[in-house]
Parts: sequence; structure tokens; C-alpha cells
Amino acid sequence: MLAYSIRRLIALIPVLIGMSLIVFGIIRAIPGDPALAILGQKATPEALKQLRHALGLDKPWYTQYFSFITDLLKGDFGTSLRTHAAIRQEIWPHLAATIELSVLAMLIAVVVGVNLGILSAWKQNSVIDVASMVIALVGVSMPVFWLGLMAQWIFSIKLGWLPSIGRENIRDPVTAITNFYIIDTLLAGRIDQFWEIIRHLILPSLALATIPMAIIARMTRSSMLEVLRSDYIRTARAKGQKMFWVVYKHALKNAFIPVLTVIGLQTGLLLGGAILTETIFGWPGIGSYIYDAIQYRDYPVIQSGILLVAFIFVIINLIIDLLYAAFDPRIKYK
Amino acid sequence: MKKWLFGLVAMVLMLSIVLTGCSSSSNGEQGKKSNSNGNGGNVLIFGRGADATSLDPAIVTDGESFAVTKNIYDTLVEYKGQTTDIEPALAESWDISPDGKTYTFHLRKGVKFHDGTDFNADAVVFNFDRWKNANDENKFAYYPSMFGGFGDKSVIADVKALDDYTVQFTLRTPLAPFLKDLAMSPFAIASPTAIKKYGDKYGQAAAVGTGPFKFKEWKSKDTITLVKNDDYWKKGEPQLDGVIFKVIPDNTARLNALKNGEIDLMDGVNPSDLKDIQGNKDLQIFYRPPMNVGYLGMTVTKKPFDNPLVRQAVNYAVDKKAIIDAFFAGAADPAKNPMPPSISGYNDDVQPYDYNPEKAKELLKKAGFPNGFKTELWAMPNPRPYMPEPSKIAVAIAHNLKDIGIDAEIKTFEWTTYLDKVKKGEAPMYMLGWTGDNGDADNFLYTLLSTDAIGSNNNSFYSNPELDKLLKEAQTLTDENKRNELYKQAQVIIHNDAPWVPLVHSKPALVGKSTIKGFAPHPTGSDRYVGVYFEK
Repeated sequence: MLAYSIRRLIALIPVLIGMSLIVFGIIRAIPGDPALAILGQKATPEALKQLRHALGLDKPWYTQYFSFITDLLKGDFGTSLRTHAAIRQEIWPHLAATIELSVLAMLIAVVVGVNLGILSAWKQNSVIDVASMVIALVGVSMPVFWLGLMAQWIFSIKLGWLPSIGRENIRDPVTAITNFYIIDTLLAGRIDQFWEIIRHLILPSLALATIPMAIIARMTRSSMLEVLRSDYIRTARAKGQKMFWVVYKHALKNAFIPVLTVIGLQTGLLLGGAILTETIFGWPGIGSYIYDAIQYRDYPVIQSGILLVAFIFVIINLIIDLLYAAFDPRIKYK
Repeated sequence: MKKWLFGLVAMVLMLSIVLTGCSSSSNGEQGKKSNSNGNGGNVLIFGRGADATSLDPAIVTDGESFAVTKNIYDTLVEYKGQTTDIEPALAESWDISPDGKTYTFHLRKGVKFHDGTDFNADAVVFNFDRWKNANDENKFAYYPSMFGGFGDKSVIADVKALDDYTVQFTLRTPLAPFLKDLAMSPFAIASPTAIKKYGDKYGQAAAVGTGPFKFKEWKSKDTITLVKNDDYWKKGEPQLDGVIFKVIPDNTARLNALKNGEIDLMDGVNPSDLKDIQGNKDLQIFYRPPMNVGYLGMTVTKKPFDNPLVRQAVNYAVDKKAIIDAFFAGAADPAKNPMPPSISGYNDDVQPYDYNPEKAKELLKKAGFPNGFKTELWAMPNPRPYMPEPSKIAVAIAHNLKDIGIDAEIKTFEWTTYLDKVKKGEAPMYMLGWTGDNGDADNFLYTLLSTDAIGSNNNSFYSNPELDKLLKEAQTLTDENKRNELYKQAQVIIHNDAPWVPLVHSKPALVGKSTIKGFAPHPTGSDRYVGVYFEK
């Protein structure tokens, strides 16, 4: 298992190199002069020329790529062209904000999605089945943008239950320590603030959870249906086991493998794809950080940001692969 | 495995308890709390679309940064009320030599920077030396663009302290808009001690001025928190305990947050939402006086726009009023000159080209195009402050042109590509605009339409030696009346040559709670929360 993990980690190196090349290439293929994007409409030609030189844009691409990679290996993410601040320091609060949101969203998606899937497979063709699959279908096809705005309108403006934007009560800000506000408020011993943070998390995490939840529910259902028809389930039933335990103990174990794959992919997608949710809920996450950078052609930020997200994506999938063995003892890694 | 499953089930239970628990306890009570400003009492929260880039005003060019720094720093002189006239600030008074080359400022005494150090003549000299000797146009963009360059190229030859509270500026040539330039946000005076202490981190980790509010905290792409400066030199100000700038990228979500009481004031309102807001008694609308122009440019080096008759015909063809009604929800004034009326030197006697398709057809015929012609109309890809829905406006204009026989194909590019190509003169007709920097006529007419500006901002490649002469002369005069006379003549020349169709001066709307009093948005786009308070 350990040897396998190490081998997999080593195999990540070519993947990451390939990724960095793609990211690097795509960014440079986008039309538009970064110098102009940074300095804006009012830039003088001399200023543009100076900036292009300062950015190394007048050098050949391979020189630019090489210096980018060597800096990265030294742990230097570079400096933002726009804010002149070190990306390594700038990026962390955004990443933490996104992780906090995605973890909660994924938790909701998995818990609700898996149970919804199980329930509809168990009671196939019943009202519950039809209802939950309709919910899942609507969930998959619902534009997050619209869903988010509607949720704000109903739960914040009309009902006044929940805050509509941000991570915290702006008038009572959290002192950032780890930048995971759930943890920071507990460290500071501020239970009232902790509840505020949870309240702020509810709407965006539900909005973010909708699509993965629906996908997970549909996946669980189909995989569960297949397993429920197998012989060993009939045997378990014949022994007089309660259906609940048959489903959750015997069937789920086998049905969960394909669901796990989907969960892994969706988690990765959430990290980078939370941008719409972040925009609507004024959530200062990694998605909006990279999106802003794209608008300003902030090359170093785009490159480092995308690579970081890609790296996390790959790591999550590695973890999922290792989890397969935990679920299914027949799978052994050597 | 069994344990794992048990954990999962336990988690479900816990999560559902947490979710139901907090939503029911918060029911009503919390909603009220946020509306009554909670413990933040007298703090104003401003919601906006994007974050600042740095809080060192000398190195930024974006409005979002200036909106914050305007409250942290003071300038030597400042704009009066909602105009671009000048009044004393850190300088209590000043003398100008008859040749217009020496300015002597008498500074306010007893003013301290937020870090406790003294504001004095040395601080002023330090700041100007920092900009002047920077020699890095990427970083210090505004200094060279307003004062002609760094070091020896700068119009400012020398800045010296005559005593603790007197500073003398010596200029190489008279610079008419000098005082207005000094009132601009980028030329705010920062604490020399703080700049030296923080080095490259200044503007991110610290921002120290003499202004009404002190910088407290910056959460990137989230909030910037300023707190009241109790020692502010204007007695009784500021009345607010603090100002917080909160980033909410989506316009509708921002309005939702305002309606929910999470923010107090916001910019970037969808014009289509204005009607709904007008009917809401908890909200009020503020219109920012225009200091911009949105225009339809014609590249005069491209046929057939080299012919002034064709350009005049296009001017007669466009129905500005219909465009304003349809796309600005009335939040704009029709333009007849390349600069807005709020700027001194505006020529109100210029007779606008009215919407008159018949006259336009006549002119086209005279120009030798009785059946019109085919051309391209370039439209910006994204909204700008002076034009909220460029692609739709382009369709309206193309329709107007069709009426007089001009068949204009609408083209659009991604924003930086668009600017790049327009600057190179590749577009026959293009839409663009300009927001003024210092509220001076020179910043519109010379910057946008002089021969010197070809390659930077004169995208029509329009050149008229007579106009150039007037504009250059106006730059050297310090007599405001004489200057204004020259600018008025200049506008007549531009009107007749018609390199543009000046379309609109937009008045961007801001929306705030109806309890906000004393807020008067400034044409420059950066506001100071001095004199602003919440009605109890």
C-alpha cells in the first residue's frame, strides 16, 4: 500500500509537468496584451513597453516557461502583476475560503445524495423513487446562478432567516488565524461568531451542493439497483435480515465503489468550479481569485492558481483510489 | 467498515441538528439584528463589484483603490463639494507667481499622520521626490502622465521646504491645471515614516495618511475596514465610526444584500432595477454627476470617414434620446461636446446635431454617397461606466445608420484585444468613452483629440493644427477665464470637424439606505465619507 502510494505520487510528476505546459500555453494563446490589460485604457506606449519588458513578455516562450518552473520548484509562486504582492501569501486565504465551503457542500451532497439514491433504489418505482429522481433531475439542470439568487431572495429578503452574502458578519469580523473561519472562531472561543459563520455557510454550500448531490443520487441509485438484484442480497434477505441492514451493510459496500469515483471527480470540480457560487454570494474564494486574474491577464496568478487547483484535484483522486481498497477488500494495491 | 458507516450516520444526524438548530434560533431575531446595524452601530458598509489593488494611491490607477484611499489620505488641495473647483485641504493657502511657474503653499499646522508622526513640509517634499525619482512607469503611472515624465522630464523642476510649514514648487513651464492635478487621489500625502518602514509592502500591509479614516484590515477580495480618525483636522468629522468596503461581484446579489440590510450603500446598479428601487421607501438613489463621455468614434484616416460631410451625416443619424431612454433608464444626459458640462470651459452655445435622418441623407448625397455604403461598427464587449450595454446600443446605432443607407456590420472583440486594435486605428467606427481624471478640460480635449494623443488615446487619428495650437496655448495659461475662452473655441472646431458622435454623459446611480444623510457622490468617482451620517 505504502509502496503503491509512493509510486503513484512519483507518477504525478509527469502529469503536473504536462499540466503546467498546457496552462502556460493556453494563457498565452488568449488574445489581448497583458500589459494593456494591467495598465488600462489610459496607458502610454512607453509604459506598455516598459511593462512588457518587466514581465519578460519580450523573451521567447521557453525562457518564460523555464523561469516559471524553476521558481515554482523553489516554492516561489511569483508576484501578482496587479497588486505587486507575493502570490504565496495572497492565495492562501482564498484557498481556505473555498475549501471550507466545498467541504461542507460535499458533505451535504454526499450525505443527502447517497441516502436519496439508496432510498429510491430500495423503494424502486414508488412515489419516493419518482420524487427523489425528479429532485435529482431538477438539481442537475438548475443553473446555480439562478438558484443562488432565488435562495437569497427567499431566505434572506423575504424570510430574513439567513445572511445573503459573505463569510462573516461584516460588522463583527473574524480574526483570521488559519483562515478556516469555523476553526478560527472556535480557537478564539467565540461561539456566537461560530454560529454566524455557520449561518453564512448555509446558503452558498447548499447552492454549491445541489449539482453534485443530484449526480451522486443518480449514481447511487443505479449502482444500488444492480447490487440489490445480486444473489448474496437474496441470501441475506433469506436469512431473515432486516431490509435496512441488508441495504446499508451488505449492499452499500459494493454499490459504493462507482459512487466514490463520482464523489472524487465532483470534489475536484467543486474546488475550481465554485466560481459562480462565489460570485453570487460574495465569497472570497480561489475561483474568484483566479477569475479576477484572468480579466487582468495576471499571468503569474493564473498559472499558479490553476496549477494549485489541478494539483489538489489530482491528490483528491489519488486519495479516492486508495479508498477503494478500504471499501472493497478484493482490491489490493501492490 | 462498520465504524465508518456508523460515523457517516452520526455525521448526518449532527449536521441536521446543526442546520435546523441554527436556522430556527436565528429566525427573525437575527434578521432584525443585521438590520439595526448590530454591534457595528455607526459603521457604513459600502458594497461594490471588485476589490482594490493597493492602498498606496501613488501606484494604482483603478477607481476601486481610489475609493478607499480617498478616505485614508488628504491632498494639498481638494475638490469643493460636487464640483472640480479647488479648495484648501492640507495647504491652507497658496501664492502663484505672475509667470505661473512658482507655487508657494502654506501648510496646515498641528496635523498628524495616523502613525503619530507630524505632517509638515518635509513630508510633502518626501512624497514628491518619491514619485518624481521613481522612474518606473509601471508602478507610478499617474505622476508621469499628469506631469510629463520623471526627473528632468517632469514639469515639476523642484519641490523644496522653505520652513516647517511652507513648501515651494518650481515648474519648468506654466501648467494651467496644476492645482486640479494636486487634488487628484494619486497625489495624496502619505507618511514618510510608514513608507520607509514597509518598503515594497506599503499599500498592502499598511496605508498611513492624515485622512478622516484609518486603515485597519484588508481581507483580499472580501473586505477593507477603515476606522474613524479621532484626531482628524476637520472638527466634528468624520461622524461615522468607520467605513467597510465589501466586494460582492454580482449586481443583483449586491442589491439583495442591501435590501437585507447587510450593506448600507452600493454602486453598480443594473439600470433595469432602478424602477423597483424608486418604489422602495427603505432605499434612496444617488446620481453621480457625470465626468465622462461615451462616444462613437470614426477613424478619419479610413475611407469614407476622411470626409467631414460623412461624419456630420452620421452625427445627424443617431437618435441619442432613444438610446438614453432605452439603455440608461434615464441615468444619462445627451452629449454634444467631447466633455461634460460639469467641467469649466464647457461650451453650451454649440448647437447639437439633432436627430434628423433626412438631413443626414442629404449630406451623404453631397459627399458622393447617395446610396450609402458598407462599413463596420465596433462595439465594446463589456459594460463600461459610460456605457452599460454596449452591444445593444451598437444594434440601435446600426439601425439608425441603416435608415440613411449606411450598412454597418457590428463587430466585437475581447476587451484588451478591442482596445489594442482600436488604438491601432483598425476600426472604421468604434464605441468608446473616457472618464476624467482631474476635472480639467485639458484632460478631455488634449488627451483625446490632439495630434499628440494619436497612438495613445486619440483613436480617431483626428488631427487639426488649429485645434492643437489652441489646446497647447491653454495649457500654459493660469488665467481661468482666458483658458475657458480657448476651450470654448476648441469645442466649436471639434464640433464642425465631427470626428466623433458624442453620445452620452452617464450619471452612474448609487443606492443606499434611506437613513443615510449628507452623502453627495463626487464626479471623480471616489467619495469621501465626511459629513455623512445615519439618521436615527
